[in-house]
Amino acid sequence: MNTVIFRTLAPMIVAIMLVFSVYVCLRGHNEPGGGFIGGLIAAAAIGVFGMASGVATVRKALRVDPMAIAGFGVVMAGASGLMSLFIDAPFMTSIWLYLDIGESVVPLSTPLFFDLGVYCVVFGTLSAIALSLESDREEDI
Amino acid sequence: MEATLPQAMIETATPLADWVVVLPIVLALIGAAGLLMVRRSTRMPLVGAVLVVLGIIACEIVLLLAVLENGPVSMTMGRWLPPFGISLTADIFGASFALAASVVTLFILLYAEIDRAGADGRDAFHAIVLLLLAGVTGAFLTGDLFNLYVWFEVTLIASFGLIVQGGRPAQLDGAVKYGFLNFLATTLFLLSLGLLYGLLGTLNMADIMRVAPLANPAAMAGVAALLLLAFGMKAAAFPLNAWLPAAYHTPPAAISALFAGLLTKVGAYALLRALVALLPASRDLLEPVLALLAITTLLLAPLGAIAETNLRRAIGFIVIGGIGAVMVGLAVPTADGIAGSGLYILHAILTMSALYMVAGLVEKRTGSTDTRQMGGLYAASAPLSVLFILLVLASAGVPPFLGFWPKLLLLEAGLAEGVTGPAAGWIGSALTLALLVNAVLTLIAGTRLWAHIFWREGPEGEGSEHVRQPLAPLDRRGRLGFGAVAALTAGIVMAGLWPAPLLDGARTGAQDVADPARYVAATGLAEDTP
Repeated sequence: MNTVIFRTLAPMIVAIMLVFSVYVCLRGHNEPGGGFIGGLIAAAAIGVFGMASGVATVRKALRVDPMAIAGFGVVMAGASGLMSLFIDAPFMTSIWLYLDIGESVVPLSTPLFFDLGVYCVVFGTLSAIALSLESDREEDI
Repeated sequence: MEATLPQAMIETATPLADWVVVLPIVLALIGAAGLLMVRRSTRMPLVGAVLVVLGIIACEIVLLLAVLENGPVSMTMGRWLPPFGISLTADIFGASFALAASVVTLFILLYAEIDRAGADGRDAFHAIVLLLLAGVTGAFLTGDLFNLYVWFEVTLIASFGLIVQGGRPAQLDGAVKYGFLNFLATTLFLLSLGLLYGLLGTLNMADIMRVAPLANPAAMAGVAALLLLAFGMKAAAFPLNAWLPAAYHTPPAAISALFAGLLTKVGAYALLRALVALLPASRDLLEPVLALLAITTLLLAPLGAIAETNLRRAIGFIVIGGIGAVMVGLAVPTADGIAGSGLYILHAILTMSALYMVAGLVEKRTGSTDTRQMGGLYAASAPLSVLFILLVLASAGVPPFLGFWPKLLLLEAGLAEGVTGPAAGWIGSALTLALLVNAVLTLIAGTRLWAHIFWREGPEGEGSEHVRQPLAPLDRRGRLGFGAVAALTAGIVMAGLWPAPLLDGARTGAQDVADPARYVAATGLAEDTP
C-alpha cells in the first residue's frame, strides 16, 4: 500500500473527504446525510491517512485522543437534550434559533448540536478502531 | 378535517420535578462520556465516577419519594404525546430498583480499587461502569418496550467491555459464552417486539396495557412465550442458566459483583413488567410453564451451589436460585406474590453484590479461587467471616434478615393459592414446598462454604499439626474494599430489621403492577380501552 503514488495522493483525498464529511453532516437535517454518515466518512479519511503516513503521524495530526473525541460527542448530544430544561419542555424537545445574516437565514437548533455530537461519537470511535487495527504496537490503543 | 385529528403534541409546560425520571440516565451517560475524556488521569476517573453516582442517587431518592407520594411519574420525550413519543415512566418498583442499583454501584466503585493497583486508566473501567449503570437505570425507568430493548443493548455492550477487563484467556472464554447467549436473548426480544408491534401498533407500555385485551389472544400468547424465553435467558432461569456460572467468576470480583447485582435482575424485572403488567391474559395461559420453571430453578440452583468447589461459581448458583424465587411471584400474581417478587429483586440487587464482594476479599486473602484450597480464615479475619455468614443467612431467607421478608410474602401467596384459598391447586402448594426446600438447600450450600473457608483449620487434607502459611494482610486499598462491603452489609442487615417501609412500598408497588390505572394515567393516556 505504501507506494509513492498513494502517499502523494493520500493527503489530498483525506482533505476532500474531511470537508465532504462536514458537508454531509450539515445537510443531513432535511436531505440524505447526517452525523452518523458524516462521521463514517471522516473516520474513513483518518483510516486512509493512517495507511499512507503511519499511525504515529495521524495521532500527532489529530492532537486529541480519538476516544476523547467520542466522549465529547456523547457529552454534546446529551447536553443538547438537556437544553429543553430551560423552556419548561420535556427532555429532547428541539429549540430553534433563526439567525438573519444578510440575505440568508441560518437555522440553528438543538438537533443540529445533537447531530454534531453523533458525528464526533462515530468519528472518534471508528478512528480509534481503525488506528489500532493499523498499528503494529499494542500500546497505541 | 383538522378538527377531527387528535392532539399530538404536549402543549402544557413540563414541571421541573418530572426531570428526576430522566436525569439519572442522562447523568450516567454524560458522566461515562466525560470520564472517557479524562481516562488517562490517575485520580479523576474514580472521583468523577463517585460524584456522578452520588448525583444519580440524589435524583433517584427524589424520584422515589415523589412516586411513593403521588404514584407513577412519567415524561415523554420531545413534547410528543404518548404513544408517539418515547415515555420514561417510573413506578415504585422501577424507581426503587434503580436506586438500589446506583447504591450498589457506588460501593462497587470503591471496592474495585482493590484490584486496580497499577491500572493506568486506559481500560476506561469507571466510564464503562457508568455506561452499565445508564443501561440498567434506563431499563428500570423506561415506559416503552423498544426503549427497553435499547437499554438492554447498552447494558450488554458495557458488560461485554467489563467482562474482558484484564484479558486473561478464561475471561475471553466466559465472555464468548456470556455474549453469545445474551445476544441470542436480545435478538429474540427484538423478534417478539416486531410481532407485538404488528399485532398492537404500539410499543408504549401504558398503551399496550390499554389495547392488549383487544388483540388475538393466541397470537399474544405466542409473543408472551417468546418474551418469556428472551427474558428468562437474560435472568438466567433454568434451563437457560448455563451461561451465568460459566462467565461470572472469570472477571475481577468487583465486576462479578456488579453483574450479579444488576444484570440478571434487569431480566427478572422485565419478566415481571412484561408478563404480569403488560400481558396478564397471556401470562394466565403460561402459568403452568412459569410454575414449572420457578420450581426447577428453585430446586436445581442450590444443588449446583452445593456441588461446586469454585467459590464464585457456587455463589453464581445461589444468584440463579434467587431468580427462581422471583419466578414464584410470576406464577402466583396475587398482591402478595407480586410484592414478594418485587421485594426479592430489591433484596437480590443488594445481597448478591455484597456476597460477590466478600468472595473477592476471601480470594484476595487466601490467594485461591477454589474452596478446597481455603481454610482457617476465621483465625485471620473474624470480621470477614461475620460478613460472609450474615450474607449467606440473608440470601437463604433466614429471619430476621432481608431475604426472609420477600420469601414470607411469596410463601403467603403460594399458600393462599394452593392450600387455604377457595380454589386450591397444585401450583400453589408445589411452589410453597419448592420455596421451603430452596431455603434449606441454599442454607446448606452457604454454610458449607462458610465452614470450608472459615471454620476448618486449613486447606483440604491438611492436618492441624501442620504449620500454615500466614495469610496475606489487606493493604490500604483492601481495607477500603472491606469498608465498602461492611457498609453495604450493615445496610442490608438494617433493612432486614426494619422491613415495614419496604413491605408497605412493595405492596403499593404491587397494586400499581396489578392495576395499571395509575400507571396509564401518569403517561397522560386515557384510561379506558379505545
